[in-house]
Amino acid sequence: MIFKGKAFLFGDDIDTDAIIPARYLNTSDPNELKKHAMEDADPEFASRVRKGDVIVAGKNFGCGSSREHAPIAIKASGVSCVIASSFARIFFRNSFNMGLPIFESDKASAQIKEGDEIEVDASSGMIRDITTGKSYAAKPIPSFMQDLIADGGLIEHIQKTGKI
Amino acid sequence: MGMTIAEKILQAHTDTPEFKPGDIIRVNVDVALANDITAPIAIEAFNRSGLNRVADRSKVVFVLDHFTPNKDIASANQCKMVRDFAREHGIENFFDGGDVGVEHALLPEKGLVLPGDFIIGADSHTCTYGAMGAFATGVGSTDLAAAIMTGQAWMKVPSTMKFTFKGELQPWVGGKDLILYLIGDIGVDGGLYHVLEIDGEAVSSLDLSNRLTMSNMAIEAGAKAGIIPADSKTEDYVGPRARRQYTMYKSDPDAVYVSLKEYDCANIEPQVAFPHLPENTRGISDVGEVLIDQVVIGSCTNGRIEDLRVAADILKGNKVAKGLRCIVLPATPEIFMKAEDEGLIRIFLESGAIIGPPTCGPCLGGHMGILARGEKALATTNRNFVGRMGDPASEVYLSGPAVAAASAVTGKISSPQEVLS
Repeated sequence: MIFKGKAFLFGDDIDTDAIIPARYLNTSDPNELKKHAMEDADPEFASRVRKGDVIVAGKNFGCGSSREHAPIAIKASGVSCVIASSFARIFFRNSFNMGLPIFESDKASAQIKEGDEIEVDASSGMIRDITTGKSYAAKPIPSFMQDLIADGGLIEHIQKTGKI
Repeated sequence: MGMTIAEKILQAHTDTPEFKPGDIIRVNVDVALANDITAPIAIEAFNRSGLNRVADRSKVVFVLDHFTPNKDIASANQCKMVRDFAREHGIENFFDGGDVGVEHALLPEKGLVLPGDFIIGADSHTCTYGAMGAFATGVGSTDLAAAIMTGQAWMKVPSTMKFTFKGELQPWVGGKDLILYLIGDIGVDGGLYHVLEIDGEAVSSLDLSNRLTMSNMAIEAGAKAGIIPADSKTEDYVGPRARRQYTMYKSDPDAVYVSLKEYDCANIEPQVAFPHLPENTRGISDVGEVLIDQVVIGSCTNGRIEDLRVAADILKGNKVAKGLRCIVLPATPEIFMKAEDEGLIRIFLESGAIIGPPTCGPCLGGHMGILARGEKALATTNRNFVGRMGDPASEVYLSGPAVAAASAVTGKISSPQEVLS
């Protein structure tokens, strides 16, 4: 699968309260949550983001709470994938479990600029900045987690195999 | 080759005969926990699967503690959804209404989490139970749903970082100050993907309550778990509460750690974390003048009876500063009753503090103590991210209960010595 869209840049340690503030956690409806995606980091994000766009962040993206409302809000906002130099671990596993594609690359995180056109080949992990012509290889994904993605998430994986 | 506590617990809970850090293994879960915010998504996933299978209902725990007593209609509907699921599937460990305590204070108190357990919770502060010598880690709702259905979780085997606190604790220093100091040293991603194993004579001298405070904040360093070896104090706490077998593991002398670090407690004074990350720590003598509008004493981090005693020692005979709201939330009904019996509730009320019910409430900006634009709070909670306790333009500072109580009296972030001298 190929993802294509504009880059929205964020810094280091973007926490889950910034991704979806707790004041909106009285629902898990993706259509409600997407209205507030990234609100406390960029109040304009939800109105500016377009389908396919890519979040590019620094280290420790998604730190803090275990709330799956965070990847749900990002996915529902239209974002096709998130690139960061590293992810907080609960956000990392939540993303695989529920099918939000994420990619780790120090170089892509450091070099991609706001608004650059980005193309990501999900199967190879190749990230291409069309605006600058540069390419980056994301860190390889362990085979078990590739299975999760192929099955469409953890619940779908259990439906298919009967176990984790 | 020697093993760490974390590796021994994983080995006892997996069918994979041999594993090393980085391997992905399936682990049998002793306890699967969720709350009123995370359980609804797990229930939706459970329903979506169509399997309608609860692997072992005795291992499932639901606590409606975050937006309760129901703060609005949407929150009430989320609680109702969990309540209906618990009834339909016969979940016995379901805590609702007057049985509710803040989950990570409640589960140890009820004997539901024990040394040697492998515990997952759809709440990042599930790592609290590491203080009892368990492997406990926060996950998302989908993992939780999977554990409810299969009794298992997938886990990347972590390596362990060791931290040893040597020497004697300085006055008014507790578990909160030690863990803030550690996070200030290694940063909010300093423990990413690792287990923190925390020991040393200063940690051994702490009661279980202060140890739970330390493990609670392992996630604020990005860690998967924060384990403190179980000892006689753990056994004294757990013994009368446990209703099943448990195992107290110790790391082997030749266990492999990715790093070893020692701290001398002679150098650690009461700590304060400045906005907007728990790693922005300073000793109390370096804080300067920070005027505050609100103090919150409570939460899964510092809402236990030992914390309330420390706060009451300082508030006794003193008044909360005019114009400041001091909110005290005993973390469980049992703690509330003890505080009542010991006369602490009266001390708080006479000082001008507000007493609230056991709830996570203000810690995550839910309710019962929301900050206005430009306001500052000092809280004994665990996170000070942007907007954590209310308006995105408010600020949260973190400390232990002693500094929080002293600051409630002076109206600015203060050392307990200032109030007591």
